[in-house]
Amino acid sequence: MRKILEIPLDEARPDQDAILETQGIPSGKELTEDVKALLERAIDLFLEFSKPKVAISDISIPGFEALYKGEGLNEQDTPLDEIITKADDLALFAVTIGERVSEEIDRLFKANEFALGSMLDSVASAGTDKAADTAESRYFDLLSEKGRITSSKGVLRFSPGYCGWHMSGQEKLFEFLRPEDIGISLLESYLMKPLKSISGVLVAGDKDIFVFDDSYPFCSECRSRSCHKRIRTLLKESRSDKKKGVM
Amino acid sequence: MDILKEISVRLQQGDDERVCELTRQAVEKKVPPRAILDEGLIGGMNIIGERYKAHEIFLPQVLLAAKAMYAGTDVLRPLFVKEGMPAIGKVVIGSVQGDLHDIGKNLVGIMLKGAGFEVIDLGNDVPPERFVETAEKEDAAVIGISALLTTTMPVMKRTVDLLEEKGLRTKIRTIIGGAPISEEFAKQIGADAYGYDSTNAVESVKRLIMANESD
Repeated sequence: MRKILEIPLDEARPDQDAILETQGIPSGKELTEDVKALLERAIDLFLEFSKPKVAISDISIPGFEALYKGEGLNEQDTPLDEIITKADDLALFAVTIGERVSEEIDRLFKANEFALGSMLDSVASAGTDKAADTAESRYFDLLSEKGRITSSKGVLRFSPGYCGWHMSGQEKLFEFLRPEDIGISLLESYLMKPLKSISGVLVAGDKDIFVFDDSYPFCSECRSRSCHKRIRTLLKESRSDKKKGVM
Repeated sequence: MDILKEISVRLQQGDDERVCELTRQAVEKKVPPRAILDEGLIGGMNIIGERYKAHEIFLPQVLLAAKAMYAGTDVLRPLFVKEGMPAIGKVVIGSVQGDLHDIGKNLVGIMLKGAGFEVIDLGNDVPPERFVETAEKEDAAVIGISALLTTTMPVMKRTVDLLEEKGLRTKIRTIIGGAPISEEFAKQIGADAYGYDSTNAVESVKRLIMANESD
């Protein structure tokens, strides 16, 4: 199965807290009128200029194991090494909100509209994450239609550049997935263009398989730690979990 | 209120139109351009920097103030035609080779200009040779390198090494920053400073320039 889907804009519209976090504004902080106006304007621009799309393609577990080795530059032990062996289904994915938002951010900075440009950048980053959340949901729905997943299970994404998966893994991922069809190209440095794009693997299986002890050497250097929040959200959907690690 | 004080206050409020108007009025009143710049505009930005550091205000307010600062300096620029805009130092900045992310680097550039530095922004995907050649040619005191990707971090070291090879290590200082960068990494590759955010980067650059001047 290979699907290319457009994501409705309301599903990519990011939450206010996610946007403000990247602006360094703590959750719950009362916003001044000028910041509120900037936020509203930036969301309007995001809705005007972004065109979220996702490409999803099934891959077998042995197929992914071969692809995951990439150029042989992954960390020695990674959470995915274990998680994929316990997974029910896997799919590669790539999402993008398109290039026009980035062009608008550039234009705003050049016009000295730094605050709006920076706010739009935050909205666009949070919006791309939200589009990737939607890719997880879509994959869940596709598996559900085939009777391969139930509500007690979950889907979680992992991306090259995180959790010990080396960025060079993008090369083989792109060869397999061909996200050029939704306008994403891979640069020599393994960066994607448009910049506001996310690629990786969607892992479907029992929610338990995603819980890992975050004591890998690379965890201490990771500033994002978004795995905590995402795994917690996934587990919260059905029950509590007492395992150590990211919980 | 004294006009320079008013420029500073309006700048802190992010009122770019009023800052532009007041700067024009100050010029008409024959207030020395250097005083308008130092006491009104940079003075206002310094207060903004302090308030940001104290978490009283956040990035959007800093950037609104920066826009007001630029509005004021645009009025003053023609008055410094002969000697050029006075600057407390020259800094070459860019995102490291292989990296196209430039928001963080842009914010540092805006804050450096706001603090009175001359900034030469080389953009993104900048090879080590270009950083060093530009800094040498422009007689810059500091090179600032930004990276968002862990894969591009080793290229930062190549810039520091290149300065060493050319015997420029003590003349041109280096500061690095970006999401995956840490103070430890900066030390490990021999960079002179690490900027964890844009205002911290400005303070570090000031320290590097002061250290160079006292050498």
